[in-house]
This record gives sequence, structure tokens and C-alpha cells, in this order.
Amino acid sequence: MEVLEIARWQFGITTVYHFFFSPLTMGLAVLTAILHTFYYRTGSEHYKLLTKYFGKLFIIIFALGVVTGIVLEFQFGMAWSNYSRFVGDIFGIPLAIEALLAFFLESTFIAVWLFGWGRLPKGIHLLSIWLVAIGSNLSALWIIIANAWMQVPVGYVLNNGRAELSDFVAVMLNEQMLVMAQHTIIAAFVTGGLFMLGISSWHIMRKNQVEIFGKSARIALVFTAVSALLVATTGHKHAQHTVKHQPMKMAAMEGLWESEQPASFSLFAIIDQENRTTRREFKLPYMLSVLAYNNLTTEVKGMNDLQKEYEEAYGPGDYLPPVAVVYWSFRLMVGLGMLFIIFAIIGLIQWWRDKLEDSRLYLRLATIVMFLPLLANSLGWIVAEMGRQPWVVYGLMLTRDGVSPNVSAGSMLLTTIVFTLIYGLLAAVAVYLVHRFAKPGVPEDADKMVHAY
Amino acid sequence: MDFQVIWFILIAILFIGYFILEGFDFGVGILMPFISKDDTDRRIVINTIGPFWDANEVWLITAGGAMFAAFPHWYATLFSGFYIPLFLMLLALILRAVGFEFRSKMPQKWWRKTFDQFIFWGSLIPALLWGVAFTNIVQGVPIGSDMNFTGNLLQILNPYALLGGLVVVLIFTLHGALFLSLRTTDDLKERAEKIARMLWIPIGVITAAFAIMGYWNTVLFEGLGLVPGSFPTLAILSFITCFVFIKLKMQGYAFAAMAATILLGASVVFYGLFPNVMPSSLNPEYSLTIYNASSSELTLKIMSIVALFFVPIVLAYQGWSYYVFSKRISRDAIPRE
Ligand code: HDD
Ligand code: HEM
Ligand code: HEM
Repeated sequence: MEVLEIARWQFGITTVYHFFFSPLTMGLAVLTAILHTFYYRTGSEHYKLLTKYFGKLFIIIFALGVVTGIVLEFQFGMAWSNYSRFVGDIFGIPLAIEALLAFFLESTFIAVWLFGWGRLPKGIHLLSIWLVAIGSNLSALWIIIANAWMQVPVGYVLNNGRAELSDFVAVMLNEQMLVMAQHTIIAAFVTGGLFMLGISSWHIMRKNQVEIFGKSARIALVFTAVSALLVATTGHKHAQHTVKHQPMKMAAMEGLWESEQPASFSLFAIIDQENRTTRREFKLPYMLSVLAYNNLTTEVKGMNDLQKEYEEAYGPGDYLPPVAVVYWSFRLMVGLGMLFIIFAIIGLIQWWRDKLEDSRLYLRLATIVMFLPLLANSLGWIVAEMGRQPWVVYGLMLTRDGVSPNVSAGSMLLTTIVFTLIYGLLAAVAVYLVHRFAKPGVPEDADKMVHAY
Repeated sequence: MDFQVIWFILIAILFIGYFILEGFDFGVGILMPFISKDDTDRRIVINTIGPFWDANEVWLITAGGAMFAAFPHWYATLFSGFYIPLFLMLLALILRAVGFEFRSKMPQKWWRKTFDQFIFWGSLIPALLWGVAFTNIVQGVPIGSDMNFTGNLLQILNPYALLGGLVVVLIFTLHGALFLSLRTTDDLKERAEKIARMLWIPIGVITAAFAIMGYWNTVLFEGLGLVPGSFPTLAILSFITCFVFIKLKMQGYAFAAMAATILLGASVVFYGLFPNVMPSSLNPEYSLTIYNASSSELTLKIMSIVALFFVPIVLAYQGWSYYVFSKRISRDAIPRE
């Protein structure tokens, strides 16, 4: 394998892995803060127990997000030095601000919160967990500003062989960033919500402290239902934005080779990238026009036309992303999104009929569904990142030009293998620990649960 | 003053802050196996840095981010050039962090022993590698006309650089011992004080040797006579002061003097480099300087405004968190199992 290929695998593996944990942290931080707020307002022992219980699970997951994040921070320089030289002027800004504004906030106040039980005034203690929640979601916002700029570069001039900043506000308020940030952060809420629902359901199912976990299940259910609906609407908005700014990605998401007017939404297809066709397709008429432009008539461009346009604009070359991967990742993500909405609504109905604690089937399913948002998150990023190939900075720099010229394939391969192995091991340990701490439920006395190392 | 100069200073401050803060928690990690008599001791030792180590590490992340934004070529050359050492450092930092987080979550002996190893090596290796990396930078490394590093791993791991690594490990260990003497009680505190007393002289000797060899091996003292200037002199003075306070059992002052020593010592490095950031050993014209490695004027200006507002806020709440957790940790603080 060549350096480029290995570097791409390495980036893919390490970011997907990081993003397994970060959405869970972002969602659980907010939910833990909500539980803590309930405790603060009611003084009820149950909420105190729940806060500490979910706080403990949160910490284990948080740790993995932290260690995998550091790798990413340096990976741009290590494996993608030409890319770093090209984008640093702009891309570096949100990265530096993220560390200064978000990571410091998060890492300081998480310690204050953890070690602060019984030591701090109650209001300040509550404030500290909210600062953690704000910090972790802010960190997502900043990193997405960076990513959005790679997707849709704005506010730059080409100068000295690199992209230099010309309009700071345009970079900060990139429309692409707004749609991505909404969708990603809310998807993280779904992730956290279904996680809490799943864990609570598990205890309820085993008749373990049903009263206490009934409360957390209800909070999680409301939180998830609202977020799941918003994920779909923000996703829809995202798609409309993509069709305008990255039409090739949209066409690949739909496996659409020829332009169509009105365009239909494809439900199933076998993609044949070599012959540039799609077989056995099953389509819903008009629906792609609706998804992309909110009407029944507008044309959506196909990949063959776009390829020609790109060749005219950027010279000869293959401007197609890996279509099948993008197509199926998108299908699966949207399918999962629909599933989450339905699942949350059924939960609300059960609650309304006062049957939440008794329907074993629903509780059982909840313990499985809790893992699916992790999948949906990864798939969404695979659509976003693979769909923009062959560009690393859309329209400005090809991925193959970004890689470090002086790192050998051997080094790159070695590090990729070691990271993958270590990450695999860490995941196993973390899953084991979460399982172990989740299992016994909460102790009788909240003060018995300590967070010290 | 140019924005380039401001950002060089800011990045120096971030690295120095990182060395002072993470320096003591590396030291604590290195000492943990030796200073503890039993498992409770080990848990006390870990809990002394419990609320701090993650936020300390963010100093490094911020330094990295700031370097990326202000001097993209420095960031790109340094991290792609020192690829393998940096990879080892990342690995060590990963294992160390999981060590802290997961070690005491299970009671089994083998479990704890494994994570104790992670904490020890995870603290030792990054300290060593920072020494190696910065020694290389001040020695000058082979950088070609395209700004890329052209050397190999063996050149990075040259004997003088390894000596630099040893110096950093030793200094952080002493710094860690002083921190422990501030945060523990009874036996543990006494052992920490004893270690600090024992370490001071050998560290002084080795560091002095390293510094004197620096006249031949590095760019730091170029053009300087026998009297090396104010930063080195002050560094030596504060190091001696540190010893006096150790003898007087004034732990707080000893710790502060050690922090000052690190600050001044690292300042020698950055001051000596200026205005280069990575001198090339092939041809001085290929050296990366704050001017040819920097971002555009506009980027630097915007970043300066951001730093002006937010650095004081960060310093304020980090300081506050040290104040909140300033109580010494005794055996009763560790939950029975
Ligand atoms: C729980 C996770 C989750 C769920 C249920 C959904 N998404 Fe999503 N989606 C993400 C998590 C996500 C993500 C991981 O957060 C992405 C990656 C990039 C981004 O901005 O968000 C994403 C990206 C993403 C993109 C961007 C591709 C691009 O142009 O870069 C589109 C068009 C959608 N989503 C659309 C949807 C629609 C219509 C959904 C219907 C319900 C949906 N997503 C559910
Ligand atoms: C928001 C911050 C992110 C930034 C700045 C970013 C940046 C990058 C860069 C520089 C590459 C390497 C060049 C390339 O191969 O195109 C890349 C590739 C990739 N990223 Fe991201 N990424 C981000 C988030 C994510 C997330 C959260 C995921 C997944 C969960 C992800 C998945 C991938 C994958 C799978 C690739 C490999 C694509 C390929 O080479 O075909 N990225 N990204
Ligand atoms: C959309 C993509 C991303 C999101 C939403 C995200 C979010 C987060 C969050 C919430 C944390 C806090 C700890 C934890 O989460 O578990 C975190 C940690 C971290 N992330 Fe990411 N991240 C993303 C991609 C990246 C990328 C591409 C980088 C590389 C520059 C990065 C660098 C880091 C670092 C260095 C940490 C550790 C901070 C600490 O020590 O406290 N992240 N990330």
C-alpha cells in the first residue's frame, strides 16, 4: 500500500473511533447536568443517586474521548503536513480556539464536579456540570467550523501557495457550519438520550430499583423524542445545503448518474461504479426533488454531467467519490433516524398508557437500540467525508496532495496498526467497565458512590 | 512589535506553562511506584494530581493548536519530521490517561499493577521525549529547502539529545517530589521531602554538564561569552534557592522556586532560538523562522484578540481550581475497599 492510502485509513480509523465516544459525552454531559438540576431543585435522594450513577458512566466514556482526541490534534501535522501548510492560516484558528475555549473549560470543571461532591456550595457544584456540558458541545462547534471550511471553503484568498484568511466572520458563520453543527450536536443528544433510556430500561426489565430508573427513563424519553425529530429536520436542511454546494456528493448519496427532473429518491440500488450505472433500482418518484429543494419539480444533477463540469473547471481527472459506500451509508443513517423517531414515539405512548415499566419487549428493544446511534453517527461522517473525495479541501486541494511527503510507508503502517490495536483493547476495557458499573444499579446510600481515583 | 513576535512569545508561554504544570504531574507519575508503601499510598499519590492532570494536558493541546494557527510550517515540519518520537509520546499519553482513569476501578492486583506500569512509563516517556525534541531543535536538524525534515530516527536519538531527555526527566521528578510534599501528609510527605533532598545535587550536576556542553552542541549561546546572560543566571539562582527552601522544609516556596527554575530554563531555550523556530543544520537559509513559518497578518491579529480575552479567563478559573483542591490528602480520604 502507498503512504497516501495508509494515511487515509489511519485518519478514518482514528476519527471514527474518536467520534464513537464524543457524541456520547456531549449527550450524556447534558443529561447528567439535567439530572443534577432535578436534584438541586427537588433535593430528592433519587436524583442524587441518578446523577452520580450516570456521572460515573459518563466519566469512563469521557476518558476515551480525551485520549483519542489528542492523537487527532497532532495527526494533521504528522501525517498531513502539506495539508497543514496549505490550510493552517484558516483551519488552525478554530482548532486553537477550541482548545482555549472548550477543552480548558471541560477538563477543569469536570474535575471540579467530580471531586467537588460535598466540598463546594451546591449552586457552584451544579454550575460546574453545566459548564462541562457547555464545554463539550462548544468543542463540537469549533471543530465543525474547521471541518465546514474544508467542505465549503469561504473567506479565503489563495496567496503564497496556500489559503489565507480574508474574512474571519465568513469563516465563523459559514452556512455549511450552521447546518452541520445543528445536525451533529442534536445527533449527539439522540445518542446520549437513547443510551440513558437503554441503561434505565435494562434495570427496569430486571426489576432492579424500578422507581428510580423509571424517572431517568422518562427524562431520557422526552429528551430523545424531541432530539430525534430535530435530527430529521436538520438532516433535511443539511441535504438541501449539500445539493447546492457539493452537488457531486449529493448525486453520489443518491446513486444518480444522469440528471433528473423531477428527481426521484432511490430506496435500493446496486451501484456499478466501473460502468457508471445503477441496477435493480427501486425509486420513489418526486421525492429527491422534495428532499433537495422542497418542491416537486426542480432538476437534480447527475454524476455524469457533474464529472464533465468538474473536468472543465479543474482539468482532467476522476472526480467521483466511492459511490456505493456513500449511497448505502446515507440510506442506513436516514433509516436509523426514522427508526429512532418511531421508537421514541412508541415509548411516549407506552408512558401515556402507563405501561412503560411493564412492556418487556419495549424495554428489551431499548437495550439494543441504544447502540444504534453510534452507528448512525459514524455513517453520517462517512457520507460527509468520503462523499467529498477526491478533495480534501473542496475544490482547492486534492486529498493525495495533502499527505506528508517525508513520512515512510513503514512508519505510517506501523503507527496505524498500533493505534488500531490499542484502540481495540481500550474499547474492550471500556465496555467491560461500563458494563460492570452499570450492572449493580445504584447503592442505597448516594455517598457510598465516590468518584475519586 | 510584530504579531509574529507576540505569537512566538505566546507559544513559548504555552509550552512553558505546560512544562511547569504537566511537569509536576509527570514527576508524580514517575515517583508513584517508588514512594508508595501500599495501595492506599498509591491512590493518595494519584489523587494528588487527580483534579489537575487533564487540564494540564490541555496546555499541550492548546500549544499545538496555537502553533498550527500561528506558525503552520513549524507545526507541519516539527510533527511530520519527528513522526515516530511523537507517535511514542501520544501512545504514552494515552496509556497514562487510561491508567489514571481505570486503575482503581477494579480491585484485582494484576489489574492495578498493569495500570501502574502505564502511569509510570506514560509519565517517563513523554518527559524524556520532550527533552529529546527540544534538544534537537536547539541543536538544529536537517531541514531541506522545501521546509521538510530530511533526517532519520537515529539522528533524533543522538547521545546529546538523550542527555537532554534525561535532564528533563530528572527535573520533572524533582518538581513532582516537591508537589507531593505539598499535597500529602505524614510518612508520605516525609518520603517526598527526602527524595527531593537526595535528588537535588545529582540533578544540579547533570544539568550543569548538559548546559556547558550546550556551548558546543547548540545554537543557544552563539555569540555569548562566558557570562551567559540573565535568564541562565537567574535559572541557576532560583535552582539554588529551591535547595535552601527544601532544607528549611518550606515546601510551598521550594515548589515555587522549582517552577521558576523551569520557567527560566525553558526561557533560555526560547530566547536562544529567537527568531528561529527550527534552525536547519544543512543551510541557515533553510531555517524556519518566525517570519517564513507564520500565518498571515490577519490571522495573527485575530488570534491575538482572542488570546487577549480568553487567556486571563482560563488562568483565573484554573487558578481557582487549584485553590479549591489545595487541601492535603491523607489516608482517610481514600475510600476503604
Ligand atoms: C444519531 C445520528 C444521526 C441520525 C439519526 C441522522 N444523522 Fe445525518 N448525520 C449525522 C448523524 C445522524 C452526523 C454524524 O452527525 C453527520 C455527519 C456530518 C454532519 O454534519 O452530521 C450527518 C450528516 C448528514 C448529512 C450530510 C452529508 C454531507 O452533505 O456532508 C445529511 C444530508 C444528513 N446527515 C441527513 C440526515 C437525514 C435526512 C436524517 C434523517 C433522519 C439523518 N441525517 C439522521
Ligand atoms: C470535524 C472535524 C473533522 C475534520 C477536521 C476532519 C478532517 C479530515 C481529514 C483532513 C481527512 C484526511 C483526508 C481525506 O482522506 O480526505 C479526513 C478523512 C476522513 N474522515 Fe474526517 N474529519 C473530521 C471529522 C470526522 C469524523 C467525526 C469522522 C467519523 C466519525 C470522520 C471520518 C473520516 C473518514 C472515514 C475519512 C477517510 C476518508 C477517505 O479517505 O476516504 N471525520 N477527515
Ligand atoms: C465533529 C467532530 C468532533 C467532535 C464533535 C468532537 C467532540 C469532542 C468532545 C465532546 C470532546 C471531549 C471529550 C470527549 O468527548 O469524550 C473531545 C475531545 C477532544 N477532541 Fe474531539 N471532536 C471531534 C473531532 C475532533 C478532531 C478532528 C480533533 C482534532 C483536532 C479533535 C480533538 C480533540 C482533542 C484534542 C480532545 C481532548 C480534549 C481534552 O483533553 O480534554 N476532535 N472532542
